[in-house]
Parts: sequence; C-alpha cells; structure tokens
Amino acid sequence: MKIAQKSIQFLTIVVIALFSISAYAVVADKNQYSQHDGGQVNTKKEVEEYILHHIKDSHDFSLFSYTNDAGERKHLGFPLPVILWSSEGLVTFMSSEFHHNDDGHVIVEKEGLKFAKIHSKIYELESDAATVVFDDTHHATNAHKVLDFSITKSAFGLLLIGLLMLLWFSKLARQYKTRKVPTGFGRILEPLVLYVRDEIARPNIGEQHYRRFTGYLLTVFFFIWILNLAGLTPLGFNVTGQLAVTACLAIFTLVIYTVSGTKGYWMHMIWMPGVPVLIRPVLAIIELAGALVIKPFSLLVRLFANISAGHIVVMSLIAIMFTLKESLGVVGATGLSLLLSFFITLIEVLVAFLQAYIFTMLSALFIGMAVDDHEHH
Amino acid sequence: MYNLIGAGLIVIGAGIGLGQIGGKAMEGIARQPEATGKIQTAMIIIAALLEGLAFGALFLGK
Repeated sequence: MKIAQKSIQFLTIVVIALFSISAYAVVADKNQYSQHDGGQVNTKKEVEEYILHHIKDSHDFSLFSYTNDAGERKHLGFPLPVILWSSEGLVTFMSSEFHHNDDGHVIVEKEGLKFAKIHSKIYELESDAATVVFDDTHHATNAHKVLDFSITKSAFGLLLIGLLMLLWFSKLARQYKTRKVPTGFGRILEPLVLYVRDEIARPNIGEQHYRRFTGYLLTVFFFIWILNLAGLTPLGFNVTGQLAVTACLAIFTLVIYTVSGTKGYWMHMIWMPGVPVLIRPVLAIIELAGALVIKPFSLLVRLFANISAGHIVVMSLIAIMFTLKESLGVVGATGLSLLLSFFITLIEVLVAFLQAYIFTMLSALFIGMAVDDHEHH
Repeated sequence: MYNLIGAGLIVIGAGIGLGQIGGKAMEGIARQPEATGKIQTAMIIIAALLEGLAFGALFLGK
C-alpha cells in the first residue's frame, strides 16, 4: 500500500512538472520563431504558423529563446550537424551557421557552394546567385533542393531513444544471468515485456510461431511508446508524427509478414479455394491490394495522424491564452488554456500507449494471418 | 470549403461506426461479463481499423 501511494505521488509530481515545463517551453519558443517580425505570437495566423512549424522537422535543437535587456536574441539549445549531398559531393557543417534563420536570408558558403534554409528545407543556390530570389508563389527561382542526410531534431531524438533502449534492455537482459527478479528500472520494463509477449504476440500469432516475432514486436512497441512519450516532454520531439518514420515502421511490418507468409496464405490470396473460378481473379486483386497497400498504409497513417493531431490539439489549447486574450481577459484565457491543456495532455499520455499498443497489435495480427497454417479448412 | 464538408462527412461516418462498435461491445460485456477481455481486444482492433480508414480519408482529402 505504502509503495503504491508513493508511486502515485511520484507520478503526479512528474506529470505536473512535465506539463508546466512544456507550457513554458512552448510559450518561450514562440518568440524565436517569429523573431523577424520582432515579437510574440499574437494573432491566429501566427499561432497556426507556429504550430505547423513545430509539427515539421527542424535542423537545430532549440529549447527556448528570449530577448535580453540589451535587445539581443538569446537561444537556448544546441546546433545539430547538417550533412548534404550536393552537386559537388558531400558537404557538412553545423546548423548554427544559419543563425536560426528560416526564410533564406542567411547564405552559408561551403567549398564554393552556397546554401540557404527556407522553411526547414535546405536549398543549394546556383553558382552565380548571391541571394535567393522568390517568385509570386514564394518558390525559390534560383535555388534547388539537395539530398539532405542531416541529423535533424527527429533523427537526433530517434538516435537518442534508440541508444537509451539499447542501454535499458541490454541491462535488463544481463540481469537474468545472475538473478530471477530484475532490479531498478528493469522492474518497470519486465511486466511490459511480458505484457507484449503474453497479451499481444502469443494470442495473435499462435503458440507455435510467436517466439520468432516477439523480438520485432517488442522493439516496435517500446520504440513507438517511448518516442510518443518523449513527444509530450518539453524536448518537443515529433518523431512518431513524421510520415517517414511511420512509413518505415509500416514497411518493416509489411516485409516481415510478406516474407514469412506460408504457402496456404499465398494460395488464399492469389487463388482462393472454394469459390467459383470466375470470381478468383477479382478476389486476388482485392486481397493483394489489401495485403500489400492498404494494411501498411492504414498502419502508417494511423500513427502519423494520431500523434500529429495530438500535438496540434495540445498546442492549440495552449494558444487559447493568446487568441482569447481580448474576449476573456488575461487571467480567464490563461486559466481556461491551463485547464483544457492539462486534461488533454493526460489524454495524450493514454493515446501514446494506445497507439503503440495498436500498432504492435495489428502487426501481430497481420503476421499471425500470414504464418497461420490454415489447418481448419 | 469542399474539403471541410468532406471532413465533416468523414467524421459523421466514423462517429456512427465507433458508436456501433462501442455500443455493441458494451451490450456484449453486459450479457457476458466473463468475456470482457476478449470483447475489448476485438473492439479495439475494429476501432483501430475504422480509425485507420477515417484518417486515411481525412489525409487524402487534405
């Protein structure tokens, strides 16, 4: 009982602390984005721009920034390496050389090539151009995109969480050599590992085959869950809300269940037994489209949309304190925003787990369909 | 404008679907409380499939 009480207290404090810091970080961050118009985010349009900016990936890692008494901008955060494959080959430099500029006004010259950053994308200028020229629709006319392998904020978060997972789980695995019950942080991880194995992998894949796939399912489950939770901290990662990341995870699942499919699985897909011959090709088209396109597409879109929508909702509710300032007064607007965003953040903690669970669950289900022996027919 | 109407229609459809799933699951649990675990799992899977469909439509319509 005592332990339970203590852990509830601890969790409450952690949630409150995280929430307060994240609100602060977001509010302070707003200054940095619209620094070129010299002020805070006030209007609805600026709020919208700011939120869309957060959803996207960025090249540097800034926690917050402020204007000091002398009127200088101070940024708290650190630059990340920019790695480009340009027309002249590999070019690397630190993202701090762009000086937090995002509209193409700061030109970085490296190895005779000029680069500019416009809306979080890096462009290479033509050799004779000195500045970026925009046409009416705000497309750069004298610059083109380069292949960008930079360690962006999302890539950094992904590597960081990957490293942490490697440390935690290898430590957990090593503990079983000397003792039966893990100590420390492993005590939190062990029941989750068992949960994924016994509640997700075993019933969906089947007693015979589940061992082969448990490793993959555990990896995706913890990867998605920890990254979702990291997205709720003031670090402001939005890794699982990037289409590239979710698409990659969905492709892993697709490859696994396509490669491990049994003969019966493919027979049922391509030449369905037990139905009239004329209908079989029609069924084959539907089944193939379902297995190769719709299943992975629904996996990737679900995770992406849920996490992105969650971030947008949390930030929109925080932005209430700016957008409703006139009609409700400063105290009213801030109080309303605090109340709403507090509860929606709690719901997001639940969604973080639920999305990891559903992704793993559906992956297990799809793998289970593919390796099932179809003996009951 | 039209994509907003489309988004509304998608949400209406998904809402009806989710209501059906949730309602039927509740009925099932009330009739057979010992099968709660199985019903919940099946409910979450179907809800997830429906959600994927709705998000897919919203995503394409954007």
